Amino acid sequence: MTLFGKYLALAILALSIDLLWGYCGILSLGHGAFFALGGYAMGMHLMREIGDRGVYGNPELPDFMVFLDWQSLPWFWWGFDSFTFTLIMVALVPAALAFGFGWLAFRSRVSGVYFSIMTQAMTYALMLAFFRNEMGFGGANGLTDFKDVLGFDLQSPVVRCGMFVLTAIALLAAYGLCRSLTQSHFGRVLRALRDAEPKTRFLGYAVERYKLAVFVFSAMLAGVAGALYVPQAGIINPSEFQPLNSIEAVVRVAIGGRATLSGAVLGAVSVNAAKTQFTAWFPEAWLFALGGLFILATRFLPQGLLGLMTRSRS
Amino acid sequence: MSAAIDTRHGVMLYMEDVNVSFDGFQALNNLSLTLDDGELRCLIGANGAGKTTMMDVITGRTRPDSGQVWFGQTIDLLKQRESDVARLGIGRKFQKPTVFEMHTVLENLALALMPNKGVLRALRFRPNTVQRARMEELLETMGLEALCDRLAGTLSHGQKQWLEIGMLLAQDPRLLLVDEPVAGMTPSETEKTAELLKSLAGEHTILLVEHDMAFVRSLAKRVTVLHEGSVLAEGSMHDVQNNADVIRVYLGE
Repeated sequence: MTLFGKYLALAILALSIDLLWGYCGILSLGHGAFFALGGYAMGMHLMREIGDRGVYGNPELPDFMVFLDWQSLPWFWWGFDSFTFTLIMVALVPAALAFGFGWLAFRSRVSGVYFSIMTQAMTYALMLAFFRNEMGFGGANGLTDFKDVLGFDLQSPVVRCGMFVLTAIALLAAYGLCRSLTQSHFGRVLRALRDAEPKTRFLGYAVERYKLAVFVFSAMLAGVAGALYVPQAGIINPSEFQPLNSIEAVVRVAIGGRATLSGAVLGAVSVNAAKTQFTAWFPEAWLFALGGLFILATRFLPQGLLGLMTRSRS
Repeated sequence: MSAAIDTRHGVMLYMEDVNVSFDGFQALNNLSLTLDDGELRCLIGANGAGKTTMMDVITGRTRPDSGQVWFGQTIDLLKQRESDVARLGIGRKFQKPTVFEMHTVLENLALALMPNKGVLRALRFRPNTVQRARMEELLETMGLEALCDRLAGTLSHGQKQWLEIGMLLAQDPRLLLVDEPVAGMTPSETEKTAELLKSLAGEHTILLVEHDMAFVRSLAKRVTVLHEGSVLAEGSMHDVQNNADVIRVYLGE
């Protein structure tokens, strides 16, 4: 159940990538960063909920801070006692990063592969930063040993089931939101600028604002996905920032089928299921299998699994 | 927005001493040109004469090294962004038909028609009755009524050109920059296009780049010849064809 709940959280991440890449043609290879930031925000709240039940029993500070001999809670941890504040940060922190990054990139008309490389660099830089103990996010170990969320024991089967249902509802809501966005005039403009950007500009659309809007929205969605993922995974650490994660997320969308939304969900769930199975058999070979799948998908299934299904039906 | 253009002195576009160079190549060389309100002007010139660069300057795609470009009396086009130039009322049709191939004909028109191009408005925009009537009118003018739900990518070359002209008109521009609209069209399509452009002049100011001399003769009262980035001759087709400089440049000495 937890496993499947995690898949659904990753499906939300896939939706956010598909909206950006499939509909607007912007390939972010750093979406894992937004996912991880949302996850860290949620993780910080879960750390606060541990209270004095940590190994050191310190009611004020999380274990890793006690271990580092810190005397007081750093300012950026303030507010994370509140669940509402945390929910806001889950969306706001990724949104702020996406806004700053996107504003600079789109204004200077950075696009295509250059943009993708910059997003890789962004997530890599964040990974290195979060590895440092001085950052105050638990260093290499990250945040873990969560006890409960809003007073509900995270280990209990009922709460786990509840988390799964909650993730499923969030996925449905995200799907509905993305769908209505892509079917609105806004969505039409996104597809237009994906296919013929100069033309869109000549029609009078400030293209960079549209890109920025969809990039920020997509980052927020990725943040929400991360926040749903972390309580079910039970841990968040800097490895979530590694570039490979972002690439894998994009590959899932490509395999499922770009610019369809439902393809992204299908890709996320099926590739993750395959991964779980495959890594049980050959733990070392997963990356090769993933690369192989990606090549097969782009070569033989340009519309992904979804395209294959619709073709075989007709 | 286009109502705000001040053309009290009858001038729609004013360019003076515009210079553009790319890596030492002088694409525009002290180019000066004036377009009157409601005029249909043809621009001719060999490849590399600066026709496209000139349009790029007007639409804000290329910034000149020096010179002035004014839209009406009051709008300094060199201070505008590309998307603002379009919203001020300058529409451009590219040489190669560029329509949104993955959108239907009607969606293409709606994209051009939306009056305010802001992000937040786009989230809620749906064509109202007046706008739908306008789109139908345009479809009829272009002869594309029956194809309104087809993907634009499936249209023929001529139909795409028409759709693009329709999209231009949907923006209701004061100044139309049209780059070789009849290239690749059949004779009957060419004739239809000429009719259309003639009917648009007056209400709109049109700057047309064209190589088809018969087409130019059938359309324009005034013709401007560009050569090596500046104006070589200007006048009626008859004058221009008998101009000594033009003959020298085109036929060689």
